[in-house]
Parts: sequence; C-alpha cells; structure tokens
Amino acid sequence: MPPRYQRIACLGGLYSNYLALESALSDIRARGVDQIFCLGDMGAFGPFPDRVFPLLHEHNVVCIQGNYDDSIGNALDDCQCGYTDPRDNYFAQISYDYTLENTSTENREFLNELPQQIQIQIGDLNVLLCHGSPRRVNEFLWQSTTSDAFLQRLFDENQCDAIIGTHTGIKWHRQISNQHFVNAGVLGRPENDGNTNVWYTIIESHESNLNVQFIPVAYDFRRLSREMKSEKLPDEFCETIETGWWTTCLEVLPQKERVAGIH
Amino acid sequence: MISNSDTPVIRIDHLDQLWFQVAGTRCNLECNHCFISCSPKNKSFGFLTLEFVEGHLQQAGELGVKEFYFTGGEPFLNPEMVDILITTLALGPATVLTNATVLQDDWLTRLSIAASASRYSLEFRVSIDGFDAETNDPIRGVGTFDRAIRGVQKLVKHGFLPIITAVQTWSDEDNLNVIQQFTKTLKSIGYDRPRIKILPTLQMGAEENRTHGYTQADRLTNDMMVGFDHSQLICHNSRIVTDRGVHVCPILIETPDSLLSDNIADSLVPFEMSHGACVTCYRYGAICSNPSNQFKETHIQKSNETV
Ligand code: SF4
Ligand code: SF4
Ligand SMILES: [Fe+2]
Repeated sequence: MPPRYQRIACLGGLYSNYLALESALSDIRARGVDQIFCLGDMGAFGPFPDRVFPLLHEHNVVCIQGNYDDSIGNALDDCQCGYTDPRDNYFAQISYDYTLENTSTENREFLNELPQQIQIQIGDLNVLLCHGSPRRVNEFLWQSTTSDAFLQRLFDENQCDAIIGTHTGIKWHRQISNQHFVNAGVLGRPENDGNTNVWYTIIESHESNLNVQFIPVAYDFRRLSREMKSEKLPDEFCETIETGWWTTCLEVLPQKERVAGIH
Repeated sequence: MISNSDTPVIRIDHLDQLWFQVAGTRCNLECNHCFISCSPKNKSFGFLTLEFVEGHLQQAGELGVKEFYFTGGEPFLNPEMVDILITTLALGPATVLTNATVLQDDWLTRLSIAASASRYSLEFRVSIDGFDAETNDPIRGVGTFDRAIRGVQKLVKHGFLPIITAVQTWSDEDNLNVIQQFTKTLKSIGYDRPRIKILPTLQMGAEENRTHGYTQADRLTNDMMVGFDHSQLICHNSRIVTDRGVHVCPILIETPDSLLSDNIADSLVPFEMSHGACVTCYRYGAICSNPSNQFKETHIQKSNETV
C-alpha cells in the first residue's frame, strides 16, 4: 500500500534558490502538513547548488529526480531541459556547467539515487508524483497545450486520481470530474508574470476529493540576484529574478503562456 | 511495396498529435521546395469539411490525443477553416501551418476571440524562406515575401505571435547569421518578439527538381535504429487525416503505403520506414512539432532503449 496522507506540500523545481526554499519551508511549518515532497530539479539557474541539500534533509523532504538531477547525478554533458533555441541553450549551458562544478560528490550521489516517481494516497485518492509527465521526465505539460483527452489517458494508464508534476516553471491545475492534474509551480524562479515571488502547492483531502492551493512565497530576491552576480551567472538570469519576467527559455513557451509575458 | 527485412519498423507509442491535410494539395502558391508539390491546380487531395474534421476530433479524443495540427496546401483556402479552428479549440490546442498570404482581418478577429476564450493555445506557423524578397521570392514566388510579411503584421495586430518557419536552403555555417537577419527584419516590421524555427529540406515533391531526390542509399536500416530514440520521429506519436483516410505521417501522404486505414483507431499499426524522407526525420528529429512539445532525448530513455 502506498503511504497515505491527509495534507501534503509539493515543491517544484528549486533551481538552487535556497533562499526561497528557506522561506517556503518555514511557511509550510507554520501551516502544518503531514509530509513535504520535492518534485525535482534541485539545481540550475541559481548560486551555490550545495545549499539546498541540508535544508531538504533537515525538513525530511521526500524527493523525486528531475531531468537536471539525472544530468548532475551522472555528470552528463547538459541538463536535458529540451530547449531548441541556440540562445536558450547557450545560457542553459553556462548555468549547467556552474552547477555541475559546484555540486559535491555526496550530493550528486544523493541525486543519482532518487526515484523518478512516487505513488501516494491523499485521503482515499491515488496520487502519482512525477517531474515532467508520468511517461517522460522532461515532457513539457503546459496548461494551454495539454488536452483533457490526454490527461484522461494519463489517469487511465497510471490508474490514479491525480498527477502532480513541475518542470515547465508555471503552475496550473485542472480538475476533470473527480480527477486532477496539478503543476506545482517552482521555487526556483518567478513565473513570468512580473512578480518576484515564487510558488509551491498544498494539496489536501477534502470530502473524498482534493483541495489544491497555490501558495506564493516572498524571499530575499535581491540577495539571490547579488549572489548570482558574484558567482558570474548570466545577467539575463538575474534580471528574471529581479523583475519576475523570463528573459530566456522563451522558445518552449506556447502562444498563450508566451503572450502572458513581455519578452 | 517491396518488403525488405532490413527496413526498420516503427510502432506508434501513443497518438499525441493528430494532423489534418485540411486544404488537400491546394495552395495559392507554388514553391519550388514544396515537398508535396502543392499548387493552385493540384486537386489530388481535396478539402476536408468541418463535419469530417469533427468526426475525427471525436475519434482522436477517445484515443487520448494531446494536440491538433492543420496543414495543406494553404489551410485558409478551405472555406470552413475558421470554423474548423474554432471547433477544435474547444477540445484541444490547435496549430495551423499557413503561408499567411490570404489571411483576412475578419477571420483573425473571430479567431482571436475564440483563442482568448479557449484554455488552449492557437498557434500560427508561417512559412517564409528568406529574410528579404531577394532570398525568399526565388523559392516561394514573386511578391510572396511582401505578402507574407503583411500577413505576419496582421497576425501580430490580432495578438498572435506566429512561429516563423524557414526551410534551410543555406549552409549550416550561415545559420546564426540568417536567424539574426530574420529577427532584425521581423522587428523592423513591428513583430518585436519573433519566434523562429528552421526546418530541414525534404528531398521530394518539387524539391526533387530544385536540388535532387533521395537515392536508394538514403534508407534507414535496423542497425541505425539501435540506441535511437524513436520518440523523435513523428510517426511514433502522430497520424494525419486526408480525404482518402488516415496516413502514417504528414510527409509521406503521396506515397501509397502511407495510407493505413479509414479510421484513426485502426491506423495505429506498425509501419516500415522504407522511404528516403525517413532518413531526414532520423537526422533532424521532430521536425514538424512545435518547440513547446518537442522532447529532447534523455539519458534515462536512452538507457532503456539499449538494454
Ligand atoms: S510550401 Fe506551402 S506555401 Fe509553398 S506551395 Fe507548398 S503548401 Fe503552398
Ligand atoms: S517520413 Fe518520417 S515520420 Fe514519416 S514514416 Fe518516415 S520517419 Fe516516420
Ligand atoms: Fe525539469
């Protein structure tokens, strides 16, 4: 039997944003949950990749492996994010090389051993936790390009009532009768809406259904940006942290998500 | 069809994309690299009606389809095109591949309203093959650059961010330079955050006359498929509907063995990748998908395929 909970917190990609992780964890402790999960992509983008790990351990966070974690864990050549644009790949590679170089052997082993999916129960419902999609760690499931029919198929194939993932960087939730797909958002960077806060998700059992709540997290983003600069990470990334607008990785956004931003 | 035991067979994994050859082979242009020889007079494939498309949208929904693509010829020659897209947007994301030379403002007004009301994206993909008339028009026809640019301006005015696709008729070394020129041109006409996708040429249809066709040596073998991520091929996750039935992929509709069935469920059968174009797919990957839905091969899948 999969472990059963009433109320959990799901953290999406951390992207080395240990300051946002600290804020989120203390917020979660204040609200109270049975268990905290992290859906993968611990590194990327931000500074000092080793700093998120002690926090995850201290708060007993159960982790899933993202594409980035697989890459760092195995010291692969790139992050497997799936960008198609040469400019996106250029910036992605800078932060990947930095992250790989600055992640300790011990933490790389930890990443390497993480499971790719976890099945749990929330109340009576079967819930599958994954990174991109249940079938592919780096599949982008955007709100505007994922049909109900496809989600229904995923629920059937995986015999579950809910699927929770991350990977795209933008949260969303869709309920189809009593089944749910949730993208938990990410703590690593703001979600291209002009606000500097980031997001995590609380999911709880409610009258034999699920209640899904997205929680905004404020943190010291100026400090994060300063530290990224001192580590010589791309200015474009710092700009995203300071403005809340994405400046890179734009080519993978579908029309609707792209129009919502300014770049 | 000659069956060759060394021809690799592809099994469709899941119907992610359903394509519609919605304008058949009818196009107002006659580009010299068109891989299915479309033209104003080519009626070998006909228009699809709204009713016919609706039936297939339903069928595909039952199979768990993720998104829909519309191509031609020129889709907007089909008198029901706007209604087809509006109907589709109620069920899933829609992408239309157009040359943008026949777009009318009132159509775009309706589409823009429907797209805002839908939870799904409506993507326009506009084919332009050079960043000025001098480079584009020899391929696509006199005056087509200016007409396509006006189409792009209309789309932008109606709130769309069209993906400009260009078939690469230049050398790889020139690629970055061409993309930069394209970006500059598009910004100068008021498209300030252009999306650009470069496509490989397919050595078939009219392109066969422009350069050369595939030779007998351009064939996939089973050896080549070892360790190759099948999900990079369109036939691994897509089918296309024409007025003749359901075919394996948008590229091969003119070859007889591509026609698999008269309904979608029965078209999800294995296919022998015996064509020259298969080599291009193999080399360049998911050439027909939008970047938002492209998979990159992962380490994890790679190891699964090889054990
Ligand atoms: S390439 Fe496109 S625009 Fe040109 S003739 Fe073929 S279908 Fe028409
Ligand atoms: S042309 Fe490409 S998509 Fe079509 S069958 Fe061959 S490999 Fe598959
Ligand atoms: Fe990811």
